[in-house]
Amino acid sequence: MNAEPHHTAYAEPDLSRDATTADEESPADWGALSALPGNPLMWILILSELAVFGAFLAGFAGARLMQPELFADSQAQLSRLFGGLNTLVLVTSGWFAALAVRNRAEGSIGRARVWLAAAGGLGMVFLAVKAVEYGGKIDAGIGLETNTFWTLYYLMTGFHALHVVMGLIVLAIVGWKASLENLETGAAFWHMVDLIWVLIYPVVYLIR
Amino acid sequence: MKYQSQKVALYYIGGALTLFLVQVLVGVLAGTVYVMPNLLSELLPFNIIRMIHTNALIVWLLMGFMGATYYLLPEETERELHSPKLAIIQFWLFFGAALAAVVGYVFGIHEGREFLEQPLVIKVGIVVVALMFLYNCTMTLLAGRKTAVANVLMLGLWFVAIFFLFAFYNPGNLALDKMYWWWVVHLWVEGVWELIMASILAFLMIKLTGVDREVVEKWLYVIVALSLFTGILGTGHHYYWIGTPGYWQWIGSVFSTLEVVPFFAMVVFTFVMVWKGGRQHPNKAALLWSLGCSVIAFLGAGVWGFLHTLAPINYYTHGTQVTAAHGHLAFYGAYVMLNLAVFTYAMPYLLKREPYSQALNQAGFWLMTGGMLFMTFALTFAGVVQTHLQRVNGDDYMSVQDALGMFFWMRLGSGIAVLIGVILLLAAFVPVGARRTVPKAPIPTATPAE
Repeated sequence: MNAEPHHTAYAEPDLSRDATTADEESPADWGALSALPGNPLMWILILSELAVFGAFLAGFAGARLMQPELFADSQAQLSRLFGGLNTLVLVTSGWFAALAVRNRAEGSIGRARVWLAAAGGLGMVFLAVKAVEYGGKIDAGIGLETNTFWTLYYLMTGFHALHVVMGLIVLAIVGWKASLENLETGAAFWHMVDLIWVLIYPVVYLIR
Repeated sequence: MKYQSQKVALYYIGGALTLFLVQVLVGVLAGTVYVMPNLLSELLPFNIIRMIHTNALIVWLLMGFMGATYYLLPEETERELHSPKLAIIQFWLFFGAALAAVVGYVFGIHEGREFLEQPLVIKVGIVVVALMFLYNCTMTLLAGRKTAVANVLMLGLWFVAIFFLFAFYNPGNLALDKMYWWWVVHLWVEGVWELIMASILAFLMIKLTGVDREVVEKWLYVIVALSLFTGILGTGHHYYWIGTPGYWQWIGSVFSTLEVVPFFAMVVFTFVMVWKGGRQHPNKAALLWSLGCSVIAFLGAGVWGFLHTLAPINYYTHGTQVTAAHGHLAFYGAYVMLNLAVFTYAMPYLLKREPYSQALNQAGFWLMTGGMLFMTFALTFAGVVQTHLQRVNGDDYMSVQDALGMFFWMRLGSGIAVLIGVILLLAAFVPVGARRTVPKAPIPTATPAE
């Protein structure tokens, strides 16, 4: 247990000694995350978000298996057109964000900001379409508590819409502090928002 | 120990260990009442025994966090505490309030809201104590070096105090009452206490393994982010059956399932640090407690929490012995072991002696940890049987309790093992007779930064 002889005093070990690690890893090393563009902490967040939305999608699939008719009837009331339109809007917006990063990498902050503004503008179009869609459902008397399908519809699309709002704030911040790393970090978040919508749309709106 | 003012930690560690002993003694008593239901039923009813058991736990853990903070803050900020005198006054106020609360409970003076039973005066006293503590520590931090460990720790401690304020809000509507009650209970243990846990573990890893601070901080940020990401909306797993809307079953299930992730990250973190670290720190017992803390917290809080966190499962297991199993191992792994780790690390410096009684300390570790694991298994089996008999078959509560008798005897046995472990640990800490050796070389004298 305590085999070593007590010939030395129990003094504070010398903190100046760089006891680290024989291996050559630098403190800034994030393992696999280092290879990704932007700040590694953003990728931790992205992975966490994918886990959360993945769990919701799995829950949706499970609930659908239990109540196939209820899900089919409820899904028939969704507007595939609005959903499809929003998919186009968001994917295009993601492309604009990518163009912003490319322009920043080529040295033009001004053009990068224009593309970021365009990406953010389409984000707002997405939210407007979403608001029209929600308004229609609420007018039809469909709420968060109507049934399992609608609970999950509002939770998933609602959480997603909140991320669009957050994404607009992120885009505004990285447009202001427009270093290449910041732009990559912000664009990574925006693409995640994009990706999640591309998963939600087919599962909730399309698959019958 | 480099700074004189770190010595105030000794008050807090002493106070915490005293209340720890009270908590475990009363816990053994409660376990005895489970198998001899009429024991002390007039003199000291079970609800009072349980109240002392849970309240003593929470108070000593908080006292331990304060002691840990007073110990590590000078080293992190590289300066003496703002006011050691204030820290000592604060200790006696806190300790006095805790004893007054316990004595009050014995005479039936309490507000009867589980875990928040303290009479209003005591609650106000706790706020005063918290303000003294936060003032003292924040002033120290503001004047000194701001490390990630110190910043995250202080952030956690501030939020502990802020969320406690919801203890003062007690609406008449029972559903609302429960909603805000969880803002204290859940957002403490599954939210901001995890910040405290992660930062203290990070401090211990820096000291015990010698891994670069930058590497440790990187992990700390990730763990803190994951804790808040999962823990805040994870509150939803308490909102299933208290009158809140049904969508909480989805939010609670999804987010609380992921609460296992930060605990798993802490296991990976501690083991990777030890594996990478080149330093052979002489205090092996402190390392044992640190590694044990992350592992048992992962099991108790993470795995045993997940067992019954999904709404369709919790529908059956809610409030059975499954909950008791989870509660015991989670508190022990995450917060009891964390405190004992930092006490084990700090005591040799505070008492100026080599960690001579490491064998005793480690024996205490294995006895306590083994006892708690056995207790958890016994209660888990009891909970599964109870769920089936009571919730599936529909048998009545009391006859089911009778059927669980064997498990309650096993729980009492493991509780006694834990008590013996606590006594061994205390014996290892208390500087008596032969073990109080003078180091053969002088301990470096404290050199205040100021």
